[in-house]
Amino acid sequence: MRPAASLIIFTTLSGLGFGLATLIGFGLMTAASPTWVVIHGVICLGLIGAGLISSTIHLGHPERAWRALSQWRSSWLSREGVLAALTVMVLAIYFADHLYTGVPRLWLGVIVGILSLLTVISTAMIYASLKTVARWHHALTPVVFVLLSLAGGVVVAAALSALEGMDGTVALTRLGMISVALALIVKTLWWLAAGASGSGSTPETATGLGALGEVRMLMPPHSEENWLQHEMGFQIARKHCHRLAWIALILAAGVPILIMAIYPSSASLLVVAALVHLIGIMVERWLFFAEAKHTVTLYYGARH
Amino acid sequence: MTSLPSSSDVKLGLVIDLDICVGCHACVVNCKEWNTAGYGAPLADSDPYGKNPSGSWLNRIHTFEAGHGADAKVVHFPKSCLHCEDAPCVTVCPTGASYKRAEDGIVLVNEDHCIGCGLCAWACPYGAREMDPAEGVMKKCTLCVDRIYNTHLEEEDRIPACVRTCPTSARHFGDLGDPSSEVSQLVAARGGFDLMPEQGTKPVNKYLPPRPRQSASATADEVDLVAMAKKTTPSGFWKWLDQTLDRLPG
Repeated sequence: MRPAASLIIFTTLSGLGFGLATLIGFGLMTAASPTWVVIHGVICLGLIGAGLISSTIHLGHPERAWRALSQWRSSWLSREGVLAALTVMVLAIYFADHLYTGVPRLWLGVIVGILSLLTVISTAMIYASLKTVARWHHALTPVVFVLLSLAGGVVVAAALSALEGMDGTVALTRLGMISVALALIVKTLWWLAAGASGSGSTPETATGLGALGEVRMLMPPHSEENWLQHEMGFQIARKHCHRLAWIALILAAGVPILIMAIYPSSASLLVVAALVHLIGIMVERWLFFAEAKHTVTLYYGARH
Repeated sequence: MTSLPSSSDVKLGLVIDLDICVGCHACVVNCKEWNTAGYGAPLADSDPYGKNPSGSWLNRIHTFEAGHGADAKVVHFPKSCLHCEDAPCVTVCPTGASYKRAEDGIVLVNEDHCIGCGLCAWACPYGAREMDPAEGVMKKCTLCVDRIYNTHLEEEDRIPACVRTCPTSARHFGDLGDPSSEVSQLVAARGGFDLMPEQGTKPVNKYLPPRPRQSASATADEVDLVAMAKKTTPSGFWKWLDQTLDRLPG
């Protein structure tokens, strides 16, 4: 599958925003002052908003995006849209309420956290529900998305906490180390398990000509690449897959864990840890798309 | 609404005979022609005369080779939307633009509601949907819904453009929900099959397999063209005779 920049930016940034919102909502970090409440709000809503705006860039008709809120009964993409809109609204109310009353309202925060996690699950289910892409159609896919979102949230929360000079910074960095390690361990398991799973489809079943023997493409239907091949026939060299997976693991987990272990309360280094983590997750997300194979390529000479 | 209809009694679809398709692409061209002028936005091309021509087509012909040796067969393979009963492209649509008609089972896109997210094309195992490069909406086979019910056309033209134009009658159109229809009987007689049944989409369109080669046993001994080419020219007396005869006039 083609790794579209808009979808990589959307899933990574909004995933991070929803993770941070969950953490703040559940009361695992509290703003040091009213100014920091505003900053927390701007960062959460900024990350989520930037992601959502980016997601509309890949649409053919962004002005009709509101219509996507209508089919939540059957479509995970629609559910994601509804939940994201709802989360943003409740999140804005939560921060406004905190700013107005001076204390975070826990029950409202818990609702924010639950809505955030449901939104991330919906995003993951868009991919996990597609039988056509065997690598995505795996029970671990939504687990990975949720764990990465939460881990990213903790790393950003630790950096913010250090900048605010809060007492809980070291506890947050410890939680960050554990959650980042856990998320990337599960991600590695996903790489091994989902990477090995096949769609069960072959050129023989795709053409129904298996009774005649092995089926090979003799001529494509046209001389140039078409939209299907451009969108779903993206190919990446196997050796680069491995290298990039290692780069993703080192940037998303290795470097941040090292920083959090050695400098658990250094504000500037924790900010660096959060940024390096985000870049690592972007590499991970690029691979998520680039490595995925679609059954349509079976008609164009591929054998999965 | 992108929930699927419970079940449609009428299941309009195509039956494609892989035994007699000659891969002439006439159905592809006539499909493009009709659908550029008919239902929805024109089927656009981008850079048609330039370096990277591309465009949206609702029907494409692949050519495969199946089997090995003397029994290998070249099969021309037309592919368009199969109007699946469990169409995954319909249920994933976030806007309700993609839908399956309860009355005849045709899967259509309401182009005024389509946001061009492309998720339906990801959900389709067959590559039956293509994004229009100019309009930014999803295009797919409509089973020529603007022909088959069109009383302004002659009776014989009220069939999909691809079926109407096929010079070998490799394409058949009819109600696959009615076991007594011509297409259903053709499927039963010839052992028509589904594409990728393991994907659970329950396609309405069926494909008829190539008939077995009648003289398969006679041609089982492979003719070795390489050995034939390498066969040495005559030597000794026969070579002398050959050259001498060549020198003779006339």
